[in-house]
Amino acid sequence: MASLGKWFSNTAKKVPGDWLSIVGLALVILVVFPLLLDAFRLNLMGKYLTFGFVAVGLVLCWGYGGILSLGQGVFFGLGGYCMAMFLKLEASDPISTAKQSTPGIPDFMDWNQVTALPWFWEPFHSFSFTLLATIVIPVALAWVIGAAMFKRRVGGVYFAIITQAIAMILTVLIIGQQGMIGGINGITDLKTIHGWDIRTESAKYILYFVNALLLIGAVVLSRQVLKSRLGLLLVAMRDREDRVRFTGYDVANIKIFVFCFGAMLAAVGGAMFTLQVGFMSPSFVGIVPSIEMVIFAAVGGRMSLVGAVYGAIVVNAAKTSLSETMPDFWLYTMGALFIIVVMFAPEGLAGLVKTPQVWRERWQQLRRKLPFDALKPAAPSSNKAEATR
Amino acid sequence: MSASEIFSMTIMQGFAGMSLFSVLLLMALGLAIIFGQMGVINMAHGEFMALGAYTVYMLSLVAEKFGFIATYFPLALLVAFVVTFIVGYGLEVILIRHLYRRPLDTLLATWGVSLIMQQIFRQAFGAREVSPILPEWLSGSLHLSETIEIPASGVFVLALSGLATGLVAIMLYRSSWGLTVRATMQNRVIAGAVGINTAKVDRMSFAFGCGLAGVAGAAFTTIGSTGPTSGSLYIVDTFLVVVFGGAASLFGTLASAFTIGQGQSALEFFMTGSMAKVITLVSVVVILMLRPEGLFHIKVRR
Repeated sequence: MASLGKWFSNTAKKVPGDWLSIVGLALVILVVFPLLLDAFRLNLMGKYLTFGFVAVGLVLCWGYGGILSLGQGVFFGLGGYCMAMFLKLEASDPISTAKQSTPGIPDFMDWNQVTALPWFWEPFHSFSFTLLATIVIPVALAWVIGAAMFKRRVGGVYFAIITQAIAMILTVLIIGQQGMIGGINGITDLKTIHGWDIRTESAKYILYFVNALLLIGAVVLSRQVLKSRLGLLLVAMRDREDRVRFTGYDVANIKIFVFCFGAMLAAVGGAMFTLQVGFMSPSFVGIVPSIEMVIFAAVGGRMSLVGAVYGAIVVNAAKTSLSETMPDFWLYTMGALFIIVVMFAPEGLAGLVKTPQVWRERWQQLRRKLPFDALKPAAPSSNKAEATR
Repeated sequence: MSASEIFSMTIMQGFAGMSLFSVLLLMALGLAIIFGQMGVINMAHGEFMALGAYTVYMLSLVAEKFGFIATYFPLALLVAFVVTFIVGYGLEVILIRHLYRRPLDTLLATWGVSLIMQQIFRQAFGAREVSPILPEWLSGSLHLSETIEIPASGVFVLALSGLATGLVAIMLYRSSWGLTVRATMQNRVIAGAVGINTAKVDRMSFAFGCGLAGVAGAAFTTIGSTGPTSGSLYIVDTFLVVVFGGAASLFGTLASAFTIGQGQSALEFFMTGSMAKVITLVSVVVILMLRPEGLFHIKVRR
């Protein structure tokens, strides 16, 4: 265990998303939103926050690790589907499905002439198994993909394309299996957990707060990862992979860890999505939703954990309001967002917030070069900076 | 079932595979240059195909008005190439050239371009799929024997993709332009040092790849209709063909399109289309995980 502790020991490195901004985020989503928004809007906000989990995971993978996954929807969807399968089984007890030709199985199976519950549904009768599966299945898939790719030193764009292909495969598979997993409609009409109705207003409030607290927990946990030795290595690896390898580290393991961590966060988000929205469908799994999740992180700031959450909120809120009022305009906005963020604001919203500080630093650099400062002895900090260069 | 019936079914099944092969190959050719040679991820490649298809649609409307439906198609292919070439050239100048050193960012930015192009198509041509009016020699089918019947459009696409592949191979490996392209891609600094204008090579190769996408899109109008999102349906398959074949290898692209096309259409014979697609894609992904450099790998110093 001592060797494991070494990896996560605090290096006291300054990471963006320090306590002040995390407390700020907690205040906004735990106090401000519940006070300002009505029950319907708060539920919608809860839905946006589930995408915040994915965005935080992407900050770790992509912003710090340099691994761009275009398949986060796969993990989001797997987490969501695990939860949905449990809820669906509870919703289709023999009494409420009595008028089906085979009572006791989910309605879509009955519509598709499936007469017995498929084997892979059986374990989802158990809630504890479901909770475990929600995390373990996506992480296991991420581990297989990560181990296969990173051990062979496949990265960058090839990795992005393969993850995108996996998102497509899972979507085609789900849509093709109408009777087994609900097809294109997804798994709908979810009602209760152990008899607790998740559709009531009070349940929605409770689920919102559970979701918000989990999200804050995810941000804090991610911050700890970034502050540890592992986080330091992650950045080193992104910038100079070969040097980290020559120092004796197994680069692949670091990548696999961070990819699995991102998958875990996405899966938690997916499960919370199912609970709050009440259904899960392939439209949150495929290529388009997966790449949209990347834009949440990009808009918020690929280097900022807290920024990524705001990015998910802002982009989703814009999507909802624009596609209600001007549906034609939305795709232009989305397309422009991709281009503008990449070309002009690679650090997203977080970069804009940081800008005054950046300008102050530039001004100080400039002042050192100006003639009236040249006569004075240079500040020790600048000497040190030059020495290390 | 008699032996002759089995024989003709095999022929027709094989032709279905050849048809899918030629479709994949034609789609992948442009990308083999843009992604395989230049290493640029153009997620808007599918939209360039749709642009070519819409160009043919527009021309067919003009041709119907002036009554030269029988002969307009070859002209339409040329126009589709020119239009997509020009748009691709513009895109390179405005966007792509700023992002050569940031491949992941190129991916995201071109995805944005593809969204915008889709919406432009939707507003210009409507959300419904359109098909151009085809000349008679493209819409019939060929009767090779009593029981063997193959669509004329399939033969046309097959011939066209053969022609295009030959042309690209000659241009890349037998022309002085191809020499400058390959030199630039292998070692940009030295290529610049011996007097090659690498920025110009980039611009022309990108535009040429986009032009090929336009030709592919134009050819597909003979076998399917075109909608605003048609392009995005093919983009992943196209990338997989190029990656599976081994980037930077034209022969690899050819072989991988053939393998994927024949494999998928043979599987479709035994099971539903979606399962055939899933199994094909999973096999491709698994093989790529075991052999990341693709089927045919050219060693390049980086």
